Amino acid sequence: MMKKEILVIGAGPAGLMAAIHAAETGAQVLLVERAEGLGGQLIKQTHKFFGSKAEYAGDRGIDIAAKLIDWSKKLSNIMIWTKATVLGIYPDGVVTISHEGKFTLVKPEKIIVATGAAEKTMAFPNNDLPGIYGAGAAQTLMNVHSVLPGKRMLMVGAGNIGVIVAYQLMQAGVKVVGVVEAAPQIGGYRVHAAKLQRNGVPIYTSHSIKAAHGTEVLEGVTICKLDEKWQPIEGSERYIAIDGLCLSVGLTPLTELLWQAGCKMEFINELGGYVPLRDANMMTTNSNIFIAGDVAGVEEASAAMIEGKLAGLYVAAMLGHQKDWFLQDFQLAKQQLSALRSGPASAKVCVGLSKAILEEVV
Amino acid sequence: MFNLRILNHPILDFPKQEKVKFTLDGKEMEGVAGEPIAAALYASGVKILSHSQKQHRPRGIFCAIGNCSSCLMTVDGVPNVRVCVEPLRAGMAVEIQEGKGKVI
Repeated sequence: MMKKEILVIGAGPAGLMAAIHAAETGAQVLLVERAEGLGGQLIKQTHKFFGSKAEYAGDRGIDIAAKLIDWSKKLSNIMIWTKATVLGIYPDGVVTISHEGKFTLVKPEKIIVATGAAEKTMAFPNNDLPGIYGAGAAQTLMNVHSVLPGKRMLMVGAGNIGVIVAYQLMQAGVKVVGVVEAAPQIGGYRVHAAKLQRNGVPIYTSHSIKAAHGTEVLEGVTICKLDEKWQPIEGSERYIAIDGLCLSVGLTPLTELLWQAGCKMEFINELGGYVPLRDANMMTTNSNIFIAGDVAGVEEASAAMIEGKLAGLYVAAMLGHQKDWFLQDFQLAKQQLSALRSGPASAKVCVGLSKAILEEVV
Repeated sequence: MFNLRILNHPILDFPKQEKVKFTLDGKEMEGVAGEPIAAALYASGVKILSHSQKQHRPRGIFCAIGNCSSCLMTVDGVPNVRVCVEPLRAGMAVEIQEGKGKVI
């Protein structure tokens, strides 16, 4: 059984930052990632990030991924396992991992869970037809694997992911016939929505999907208008022929390991579903298990990166790797996180966090 | 073949890669070595990967990152392979899976 000071689960933006900042203090880190490569969902994000320079604003997600991966590989005290799925976290602190198909045991002193989130679906007849994807799935197909998810597609959801992925579909050569949004206004950043509108893509606010159609695969959808109570308006139905439909209707944290480990969980709608209760330093109700990124509540990748840094620094300090720059670095990261969450777009997340963050968790 | 491959992209470069042959229900197919099996199938216009257990409804990719189990196929006789993350290798025998699939 291998012993390690810190185990980081998931090598997306949060996990990479956690591993890097813990390792920079001298801590011994094992970073495990289920996929073949590192970077999580950053590797498909071709758009430029917002925020401040500290969170790589102005850089494309794919370039941020490359930087973080490079940095993590340069630190010799980070051991990296890809194709490694964590199976369970046990009361005696042992973690079981399937690494390249082999069953492995690891005993870390502290664990940082950064498993991310999964895309939600929505209910309508035939919502399981091939050709109906999570928006992130379409993004993976086109931006990572260079395969078009369809030729003529519709996006559901005009939040950030919806408008960004709709534009990326156009860049890849897909005919985007529109974006459907149930709310009366566009939720995503105006700059992305405007790019679509300049290219003649209609954004149908107060609209939803009534049904999908197709015998074997998706052939079209019926959309309808919603009234002020979000109920379908009779007679407003319209058929649109498409071979691809993207659902960008939110994400939900991937919390299975935290449930299994017995961390106290709570359903907080504003954070995407069940999330672990934690203190301001990302510690769960189990003092050996920390969290960072979307698993702690669905937010932007910029926030995930700072949470990862906070968790990494804090856990390393707990294990005696407290450098003289710790307090300054830690406080600065906390300030960056509050600044990032100060805008109106983060109001909902802040409500959710106020329910999830406790003064004392243990 | 390859009618859904992206050849030109304003931001991304997709270098030409080694093509390999595999089979889908015995029929010869072509894909790029190392890409997910599902990507090779979708690029060739194949979107149905399995049929559901009870209603036998067609299933395709939903999440594309190994989360959701919508893409389970039988690969080289092994059922329930998540083809959205399983790398394609030359000579693979891929089968559209019915329900839970059959363990030999």
